[in-house]
Amino acid sequence: MAEIRLEALAHSYLESPCKPEDYAIREMNHIWEQGGAYALLGPSGCGKSTLLNIISGLLTPSEGHVKFDQKTVNGLEPNQRNIAQVFQFPVVYDSMSVFDNLAFPLRNLKYPKDKIDQKVKEIADVLDLTALLNRRANHLTADEKQKVSMGRGLVRDDVSAILFDEPLTVIDPHLKWKLRRKLKQIHEKFNITMVYVTHDQLEASTFADKIALMYQGQIVQFGTPQELFETPEHTFVGYFIGSPGMNIIEVDLKGSNFIFDDIKLPLADYLDPAAIDILCKKEAPNLKIGIRPEFIKITNNVSQCDNQPCFECNVLDIENLGTYKIATLQLGQQKIKARIAEDAFVPTEKAMISFPKRWLKIYLDEYLFREKNL
Amino acid sequence: MNLKVKNNKAWFLVLPVLALVAFSAIIPLMTVVNYSVQDIFDNSSVFVGTEWYREILNDPRLQSSLIRQFVFSGAVLLVEIPLGILVALMMPKSGRMASLCLVILAMPLLIPWNVVGTIWQIFGRADIGLMGAFLNGIGIDYNYASNPIDAWLTVLLMDVWHWTSLVALLCYSGLRAIPDAYYQAAKIDQASAWAVFRYIQLPKLRSVLVIGILLRFMDSFMIYAEPFVLTGGGPGNSTTFLSQTLTKMAIGQFDLGPAAAFSLVYFLIVLLVSWLFFTTITHLDNKK
Amino acid sequence: MSLELQNISRSVNGECYIEDANITFEAGSFNVLLGRTLSGKTSLMRLIAGLDQPDTGRIMMNGIDVTGVPVQKRNIAMVYQQFINYPNLTVFENIASPLRIAGIDSQTILKRVNAVAEMLHIENFLQRLPLELSGGQQQRTAMARALIKEGGLILFDEPLVNLDYKLREELRVELRELFKVQNTIAIYASTEPSEALALGGVTTLMHEGKIIQAGHVNTVYSLPNSIESAELFSEPPINILEGRLEDTSASIGEHATFTFNTSNDLTSSGAYRFGIRPHHVSLEKNNSDDVALDLRVDVAEISGSETFLHMANGELVVVAQLMGVHQFHTDASVRVYLPIEKLYLFNSMGTMVQAPAYLSTEKNVRQLSEGIC
Repeated sequence: MAEIRLEALAHSYLESPCKPEDYAIREMNHIWEQGGAYALLGPSGCGKSTLLNIISGLLTPSEGHVKFDQKTVNGLEPNQRNIAQVFQFPVVYDSMSVFDNLAFPLRNLKYPKDKIDQKVKEIADVLDLTALLNRRANHLTADEKQKVSMGRGLVRDDVSAILFDEPLTVIDPHLKWKLRRKLKQIHEKFNITMVYVTHDQLEASTFADKIALMYQGQIVQFGTPQELFETPEHTFVGYFIGSPGMNIIEVDLKGSNFIFDDIKLPLADYLDPAAIDILCKKEAPNLKIGIRPEFIKITNNVSQCDNQPCFECNVLDIENLGTYKIATLQLGQQKIKARIAEDAFVPTEKAMISFPKRWLKIYLDEYLFREKNL
Repeated sequence: MNLKVKNNKAWFLVLPVLALVAFSAIIPLMTVVNYSVQDIFDNSSVFVGTEWYREILNDPRLQSSLIRQFVFSGAVLLVEIPLGILVALMMPKSGRMASLCLVILAMPLLIPWNVVGTIWQIFGRADIGLMGAFLNGIGIDYNYASNPIDAWLTVLLMDVWHWTSLVALLCYSGLRAIPDAYYQAAKIDQASAWAVFRYIQLPKLRSVLVIGILLRFMDSFMIYAEPFVLTGGGPGNSTTFLSQTLTKMAIGQFDLGPAAAFSLVYFLIVLLVSWLFFTTITHLDNKK
Repeated sequence: MSLELQNISRSVNGECYIEDANITFEAGSFNVLLGRTLSGKTSLMRLIAGLDQPDTGRIMMNGIDVTGVPVQKRNIAMVYQQFINYPNLTVFENIASPLRIAGIDSQTILKRVNAVAEMLHIENFLQRLPLELSGGQQQRTAMARALIKEGGLILFDEPLVNLDYKLREELRVELRELFKVQNTIAIYASTEPSEALALGGVTTLMHEGKIIQAGHVNTVYSLPNSIESAELFSEPPINILEGRLEDTSASIGEHATFTFNTSNDLTSSGAYRFGIRPHHVSLEKNNSDDVALDLRVDVAEISGSETFLHMANGELVVVAQLMGVHQFHTDASVRVYLPIEKLYLFNSMGTMVQAPAYLSTEKNVRQLSEGIC
């Protein structure tokens, strides 16, 4: 059991990095608390695998410290760190039975035989592997193999954390649901720190209590799935979380309005006077507004816009995705996506839309604009 | 209908290969079969049935060289396979050193077989050879020309020097094919180096080892040039292996009938042992 | 051109890969083969391409039997899971390669490569080598090479599987747009229901080597002909509840009894199964006749905007997809409501005998029959 702490951690694959771009991991401070279920989410090349390998000890960071329970482990080998790792492609010992696979780490640690038997049976039971214990591991299906590799981490009492490196890549969708649920149950049962690396936001958010979203070697936001969804701290979070992602529109500040194309959004409708004051003092600010497709209100009637500014737009396309529909709308020169619930009103040709104040986010230099952090 | 036509065409395409195999293997083999059941004088021949077979199977020369041959092949496998695996395991995984190692390993394989014999003949000489003189210098009485055990060990050593590289190269390529994740998982599972070898490397080397063992068995079972150059089969008959016995019989004594029978028996033994080997290993694999 | 498979079967070593497949792909249509791993999608594609030969049956292109015609002569393009390009040719030459083989003059090649590259947004990388590109760009190159052939048929074998989630989303939309204007038949294999829905067109469901249903994506989604179809084409998987029906009185084990009106031709009483999609399960009672179920929470998965609530009570297992964030502890008691008009009715064999009532409202019937929504 352990808390994992990253202090001023940075890593570059180059020998003498100078630019920020030279770093695969840019300086970060971060804490994974003991017993938490975390996800490390990001697109390929964002540095998430590098970070995972630094935590597991397969890679030594070029700067800063990795600490397990306050103890620096930078120089320690993976086997000295008491962590387990589940890889993208299932790793099982082909020549052994499922039982022997699960017993393998315990045998290496010289556990007594009856203790091994008891532990293996207990874990096999949790993972629904009991019926397969005598099968040879190379005859298993991909999801069974993944459960075996997970089990090898769970049998050990001394394991402080389990790291998952995109473990569901090779699993069919209907089994993904089952396996993910199993993971979640195991987390609740064993109270073990789990870090789950993935590029799939649904996997990350359904598994983790808190998600660290990585972009260009940095953690741009660390929060609950709900926070990432409702209050993206960075335009990239808005884009990456949600399907489709947030609508993000570049705007200018003119007079008392946000302006794009020929559309005007009165500042006073979305911001406090104090905040407007701060924004207006900036010179040529890089400003964007963002709103999630889920929060755009679509009506066919101005009166239903709740006294918010209401805009008329052309309906370009309606996609039916089974449980909901996605409308592609044209507002000015911008294409805007809006989500329509299954039973809700579906516009044709023209639609009236409005942006509820609570859900319209303003981004200054790509980061969320708030009065309090200025 | 369509399918039928296609199939016939396919057979037609294999025809050149069949013809080639017939000329290079089957027809010569049938000639040998023919010789083995006849007594041949200058231009005439008499059908003798299985007489030659009976004769050679009861020939003590052949029996003793057959035993010698099995012992030799067994020793070759026992030394070269583990040694080859060991060399492969110790080789660097990548970089300039790896390529250098590969070149050095490949060198013995490029030397013609009779040259190998000559090298060792000089190398082992008690008077001027580097190894022979050195051994005698430190007080070990070594002479492959007069002592049968020394001769035996020298032939074995020569074969090990010549062919271990092949096993090592095969194993090296096998080891390179194992994904890194396996080693990482093993590290995390606290596996010892032995456990990594036993449960990851050895199972993954299985298929290349089957090839390696078969190749080394067949090759060593048919060894001819090197011991012929090195010891000429002596001292006494101590290093006279099967192929040399056969040559003596066919060329030295012109016993063409018995020699033909002998070659067929020889051929069948190699075939049988290789087949047994292959089926046991693949069978074991399926059973588990 | 059109493509028709007639009674196609293929088995290898006694194992059945494809069993009696009958299907027609219309000219210019976009078709998704949806099925789990080893359901026969790839086997069927290989037969269509001519890489394998069927044991029985015929493959007709434009009404001409092409069953024995080898792959080189079929004018087919294929895009695979792996990003397959010529590593030592530039992106331009990669895309141009089918035209070079066909002996087309370089002026035309230049024009067509540029056009296709622009469609797939790789016009700025034409002079690079494939391995210098990201995975998404490499797959775009492979797709461009397939598209430029302007052949009658393009086969996609799970082309987006090895790409990042967001990239997949973008490419799906692009593909959908791209094929609206193409006159080729596209056949796209996928394991993901959400992908089939996003791509649209005609969906063909495959299960254990058999084609179990085919039709416009929205029709197949809304009106599955069996439990298998419904389970294959629902994510998270559709809830199946064992129940009984005596006239109009229905029951789900000991858990609930309710009134269920069936159409006239459904007469026999007995064991039936009710199906309901996870997003129709609700925590609130919306209609007076909603069926209530008392369950215990297994686990709640929160995706930020939605909650997937996994619940059980004995043999009864239910998943609900709820809008918004709902916190639940494991083993908490929960009561959920199932709207009767959204229940599917399957007989004990698993065949759908009655579609949910809400689908038969006038508006929905029209949309389904026209294949729009």
